[in-house]
Amino acid sequence: MSKLLIRNGRVIDPAVKFDGVADLLVEGDRIAGYGKNLDVAGAETFDASGMIVAPGFIDMHVHLREPGFEHSETIESGSRAAAAGGFTSVCCMPNTQPVNDSATVTSYIVERARRHAVVNVYPIGAITKGSAGEELASIGSMKRAGIVAVSDDGKPVMNARVMRRAMEMARSFGLPVIDHCEDLHLSAGGDMHEGFTSVKLGLRGIPACSEDVMVARDILLAEVTGARFHVAHISSKNSIAMVKHAKAMGLPITSEVCPHHFALSDEDIIPYDSNFKMKPPLRGRADVRAAIDGIVSGAIDAIATDHAPHPGSEKMQEFERCPFGILGLETAIGLSLEAFVEGGRIPLAKMVELYTVAPARILNLERGTLASGRPADVTIFDTSLVWKYDVNKSYSKSRNTPFHGREFRGGPVATMVNGRFVWRRDKE
Amino acid sequence: MATGLLGIEDTPRADIEAILARAKDFQPLQNQSNKRLDLLRGRMIVNLFYEASTRTRTSFEIAAKRLGADAVSITASGSSVSKGESLVDTLNTLAAMKPDAIVMRHAASGAPHFLSRYLPTPIINAGDGTHEHPTQALLDALTILDHRASLEDLRVAIIGDIVHSRVARSNIHLLSKFGADIVLCGPASLLPPNMAQLAPGVRLTNNMREAIDGVDVIMMLRVQLERQNESPFPASEYYPFYGLRVEHLHLAKPDVLVMHPGPINRGREIASDVADSQRSVILNQVENGIAVRMAVLERIMN
Repeated sequence: MSKLLIRNGRVIDPAVKFDGVADLLVEGDRIAGYGKNLDVAGAETFDASGMIVAPGFIDMHVHLREPGFEHSETIESGSRAAAAGGFTSVCCMPNTQPVNDSATVTSYIVERARRHAVVNVYPIGAITKGSAGEELASIGSMKRAGIVAVSDDGKPVMNARVMRRAMEMARSFGLPVIDHCEDLHLSAGGDMHEGFTSVKLGLRGIPACSEDVMVARDILLAEVTGARFHVAHISSKNSIAMVKHAKAMGLPITSEVCPHHFALSDEDIIPYDSNFKMKPPLRGRADVRAAIDGIVSGAIDAIATDHAPHPGSEKMQEFERCPFGILGLETAIGLSLEAFVEGGRIPLAKMVELYTVAPARILNLERGTLASGRPADVTIFDTSLVWKYDVNKSYSKSRNTPFHGREFRGGPVATMVNGRFVWRRDKE
Repeated sequence: MATGLLGIEDTPRADIEAILARAKDFQPLQNQSNKRLDLLRGRMIVNLFYEASTRTRTSFEIAAKRLGADAVSITASGSSVSKGESLVDTLNTLAAMKPDAIVMRHAASGAPHFLSRYLPTPIINAGDGTHEHPTQALLDALTILDHRASLEDLRVAIIGDIVHSRVARSNIHLLSKFGADIVLCGPASLLPPNMAQLAPGVRLTNNMREAIDGVDVIMMLRVQLERQNESPFPASEYYPFYGLRVEHLHLAKPDVLVMHPGPINRGREIASDVADSQRSVILNQVENGIAVRMAVLERIMN
């Protein structure tokens, strides 16, 4: 069996609260263990001196666009972007064409990923058929085919009764319900966060309360049903406060935040540049502060990118006609280090937790830790590496990002999936 | 990026004063038999109107012709626009024909700003969505200056569908640069509180009588039903509470000016007899549009 020794890095394994310089041994596709000065005869070595060696990062919220929108992204291209961003696993949302609302589509994605993806791909199934919000999808069959959660991301279930039934179903199958919380009546026609900037630019607003009322509804439904409810891309201060409150009540509620929601506010938008258009929209400064505080306090459990590729022809339009969404996989680590670790807001181990053991627990994945015997998914990154993001070199098929040209301090160095390096900065 | 006129917000006060001074030079032309100057002979202007407009498009066409420029007008229906061509492709096609300026109206806020980042041709914004309508604010200022010595220290009420109004935004930016007191008035659903931060000297009220109290100028706005996704205010309640009627005029200064960017809806936001009254300068606004647009075209193309 092939052996690889990742030597002399700072190994951070939040699942067991380990944080120290060590050597990590990989045998075949599994972790064999880590410790001081391991001396393994015949092992290949990777010198990780000065670097962080962490469990493979998991992005629990991406759009891979396949099947149906392969001009935007494919499972292969999205997985390569993930690897270059330091991610070893991604969870893909079901808003493909056809929608992933049946075991057939789930199996198709799993099979395509097995053949073409360089990282682990976990499909998320639709809550309702066609994500139309009316009739429940075949949640149990999809679970057998490989889904790890259900969500009607992008097309939230507006009918509270349907959502209640969905939570009951999901609970029966041990799956979390991930909701894109947005009251479509309140947000209708909106293009950016409702606030001073939207008023000034003459753009229609998406009020924060359109998110808040649905977070409130779903918390209440989770209490009634006992389901595990996960708030996707939380962005408003009131929603974060409600999640914090619900956790304090002991409810099994979790949430994720996207890097752009803690890195940018609506005041940072270059006017009418659709690279700043996404849902939820970039919120106000108080919301950005709340997102950062939410990470620090634990109200927010995970960081996820909501990687949403759109080709240039769709983003090169009048702002109000452009689709929502930006790329996220390749800039997430840089943005997170900048927002949380550089200023000392959270320890580095906490940041690693947000990308590893936290999403693994929410989704019941056997990954997210460096425990021996687990799949050898490893993310190696460097907190002092200075690099500039050039989206024209992105592995994604799309180019929609507000972070093109941004200089980062800290970024991924190498990504290992199931014992194999799938991306290395020095091989670029 | 080519220098055009995208909005009043980013136009310095000195530039506004220069445009208004030059427009005053052009005003007498209206009453001469030969109305044509040859200041822009040989230049070409494309008027690209993605949204219906009679007065603004005609006004720009006349302004261009009076300056001796060639003007071509393209409207969205009956062009490649209706065949599904994207905005960028249409503009690139037009730019390849080397016009000296593009006058553009579009229903999407920011459409000219977006294009100006990619096109070498100067763009004059003739109204973008619910954002700005800079030449309207300039012609409104010229009209006020026909009746007042200066724009400084004026009290101006802008009344109606503020949130959907590009005319309101441009006027707020312009008047504020001259130190005017601006009161915005409308029902809460058409008057977001953030509007008060748009520029210094702006305050808000939902009460029409309070808004008009002691003002020099009343600017009425059209109710923009086409920009509203739903009805933020019952139509039947509008005129009784926010329609300008004769009985309101005594609350303002005796020589108050009543303005409206048009087209007016008689009996919806303004009473017929007020629109036609001695205090109304609505037709002067239309007339001044030509002089102001001449000044803008000349400035941008020279």
